Amino acid sequence: MSNDISNNLLKQISIAFNDKTPLRISAGNSKTFYGNHVNAQAINTLEHKGITEYQPSELVVTVRSGTLLSELESELKANKQMLAFEPPQHSEETTIGGIVACGLSGPRRAACGSVRDFVLGTTIINGRAEKCRFGGQVMKNVAGYDAARLMVGAQGTLGVLLDISLKILPVNESEISLKINTELSHAIKNLQQWTQQGLPVTASCFFKNTLYLRLGSTHSAVKQSLNTINNNFDTEEIDEAFWLSIKNQTHDFFTNANLWRCSHQMATRFYGDTDKQLLEWNGALRWINSEKDLYATADKHNGHAQRYPLTNSDETTDIFQPLQPGVLKIHKRLKQAFDPENILNPGRLYADL
Amino acid sequence: MNDKKSIINKLSKLLPDGQLLYRLEDLKPYECDALSAYQAVPLAVAIPDNIEQLKSILSLCYENNIPVVARGAGTGLSGGALPHKDGVLLSLAKFNKIITIDSKNHTAVVQPGVRNLAISEAVKELGLYYAPDPSSQIACSIGGNVAENAGGVHCLKYGLTVHNIIKLKVLTMDGDELTIGCDALDSPGYDLLALLTGSEGMLAIITEITVKLLPIPAVAKVMLASFDDIAVAGQAVSDVIAQGIIPAGLELMDNAAIKAADDFVHAGYPHDAAAILLCEIDGSVEEVNDQLRLAEKILKQSGATKIQIAKDEEQRAQFWAGRKAAFPAVGRLSPDYYCMDGTIPRHQISNVLKRISELSAEYKQTVVNVFHAGDGNLHPLILFDANNDGELERTEELGGKILDFCVEVGGTITGEHGVGIEKINQMCGQFNSDEITQFHSIKIAFDEKQLLNPGKNIPTLQRCAEFGAMHVHHGNLPHPELERF
Ligand SMILES: Cc1cc2nc3c(=O)[nH]c(=O)nc-3n(C[C@H](O)[C@H](O)[C@H](O)COP(=O)(O)OP(=O)(O)OC[C@H]3O[C@@H](n4cnc5c(N)ncnc54)[C@H](O)[C@@H]3O)c2cc1C
Repeated sequence: MSNDISNNLLKQISIAFNDKTPLRISAGNSKTFYGNHVNAQAINTLEHKGITEYQPSELVVTVRSGTLLSELESELKANKQMLAFEPPQHSEETTIGGIVACGLSGPRRAACGSVRDFVLGTTIINGRAEKCRFGGQVMKNVAGYDAARLMVGAQGTLGVLLDISLKILPVNESEISLKINTELSHAIKNLQQWTQQGLPVTASCFFKNTLYLRLGSTHSAVKQSLNTINNNFDTEEIDEAFWLSIKNQTHDFFTNANLWRCSHQMATRFYGDTDKQLLEWNGALRWINSEKDLYATADKHNGHAQRYPLTNSDETTDIFQPLQPGVLKIHKRLKQAFDPENILNPGRLYADL
Repeated sequence: MNDKKSIINKLSKLLPDGQLLYRLEDLKPYECDALSAYQAVPLAVAIPDNIEQLKSILSLCYENNIPVVARGAGTGLSGGALPHKDGVLLSLAKFNKIITIDSKNHTAVVQPGVRNLAISEAVKELGLYYAPDPSSQIACSIGGNVAENAGGVHCLKYGLTVHNIIKLKVLTMDGDELTIGCDALDSPGYDLLALLTGSEGMLAIITEITVKLLPIPAVAKVMLASFDDIAVAGQAVSDVIAQGIIPAGLELMDNAAIKAADDFVHAGYPHDAAAILLCEIDGSVEEVNDQLRLAEKILKQSGATKIQIAKDEEQRAQFWAGRKAAFPAVGRLSPDYYCMDGTIPRHQISNVLKRISELSAEYKQTVVNVFHAGDGNLHPLILFDANNDGELERTEELGGKILDFCVEVGGTITGEHGVGIEKINQMCGQFNSDEITQFHSIKIAFDEKQLLNPGKNIPTLQRCAEFGAMHVHHGNLPHPELERF
């Protein structure tokens, strides 16, 4: 399904710019929970859809932002390729534009990189209703400032995403998922050792004294890695569907009402009740159940925290780690540079932006 | 208006003897970077060795509206570190310490003047290395790498600088010291880390960098494939990648480059080949064996006339030595050469190489090709003699045509060397006036007075209008107040 509504979107933004009417940008509405509530007139990109360019040997795909993630991924899969950052699919209506705008990556992130690492170019409409194309469709491009990657995680506050070019990767010839009963510190120590040894760990998760692992590479490399692990552990093979429950956050753990997403260096000391945590990314991503806010604690451990209730909220409190004053100042000026009338998703990312 | 003398006077109070240069003979060595076609003598060269000195220099320049141009090792190829004649050239050369190495988290915190290769050398005994490896890595600084988003031979698999750094400390012109990015795998807010990477010293001065380190792969093997037709070699690049292999490096050299490199370092290249591909596979023993076999099969099917797999580490080093020495080797062929940096979709390689050879015939100038084929990043080297009247201008024109063609086939004017002063006119062809205006407003968000590296990277709309390559939106120049330099 292909459909180009960029002119229509441009018109809507142009009117909003002239009238100074704030807009709430949405597509499939699967990530309303991921950001502050924006009380404004709706503009929707769901109908701006379709893969506009895809040559598998280029390892690049260009898509319109309203393209369903599921549609894009199945097209890539048919060509034995993938979005290596393994984006979460929160609902059937999840779009690639929403993924890029929110900057969300899944279990494979620690091994392959995050969504911003794979963005090569974006075409946007900024807050002055100008259509701008940054970056491109090639692997390397240093012409001008990297405003293409700047859109990742900006949640639409700097521009409405129209088209996105992404680097893609071939799927592994072989992947296997397993689980191991072990305790936390042992699990993390081994993960560190395995990555240091170059074992092809493409995902890891630790929860309730169980380490879940996914290995991916060529057939013989996966077999050899499995042997290495089997030398020290009793492993049990599991269905790869387990990773869907982590990636899409449908695992029971994510129903916790007081969930925090804390991001750290892999070897950061643990804090909080480790029995009530779920870890990903070799220990770098920690889902923590906590009634009190974790901003200060995460900061003390050189990381950052964010609230993560998977429900829509009307709360006006910021959900993301507060920014340093100097950094916030630059954020505000950049917002001004892209959206001088403050009409694009005002307040969604931070109250002041 | 401050006169020169009083500024130098004030600067000399901020720096100890020897760290402020202002006599012509001392300034001369700094008049250009590795793009020697452009030269300018700065007001002074400041070489601070600590952050307090650096801050005080910036603050003095800010107060007095003095332009500041940062300089790392000066190996840039686009005139990014070309001094401003009324400005201070700020050398970061004395910020050359590796501050910490974290073997558990695989990171290192380094100062901007540290040489690229010095990082890998320092962490080698831990079994780690820093992946981006520009051919200039023995000399170029990591600060310069960040400012240019430098790439290298191994980018195809391991990414560019932007993929291999996690945190920066920077100073803005108005005196803020900012921490950009985070030790974790993501950070809150806008991706300022990406924005600053490749910003060519236009937005802030980089004072500290946290780099990501990777485990040294268990094995790396390189294969040398010969071709009797360069177009066939170009197509073979796409064929390898289409089959699901991501080589650690995939480099192409044409006959002239093969001969020049081999005469220079005796790399063992076949002089009779029209082109060679160097294809490196790394990873675990099993992975490398599997993929090497597959790559060999694909390259044969794609028309390679001969394939040699380096039999040991020594031969592998020898094969790479030729590639790494290719630029200086070509430098021996001609008094001067001009290095282009366009990047194109891989399937266009053969097409663009054909166009380059047509242009080369038309301009009667030899063009040698040696480049990062896996990334589609071309480096046509145009040979010329600057002492011959008009030859530099002709060379620049030829280079400009090559870049225009790269943009035409869906590529970009620069893959890794940056815009600097060199490609400023070509920017007008790649971006429209709204985009250029947006770039200027990003600049102003960081550097309101536009004192950092003025005149580089982003052309004024006026310049584009004069250059004639840009369609000016609705017939008027938006934001005329922006055109200060
Ligand atoms: C023989 C040769 C081979 C090369 N091969 C490659 C290659 O394979 N890949 C590649 O990408 N490049 C290559 N280059 C180009 C060059 O080495 C890179 O661009 C390198 O990153 C420049 O680093 P530098 O320290 O020399 O920076 P400089 O040339 O000193 O400066 C480059 C730019 O960075 C800015 N800058 C420097 N330090 C800072 C700082 N601390 N804060 C803010 N801004 C700063 C300067 O203002 C300037 O705009 C090559 C160059 C040569 C001469």
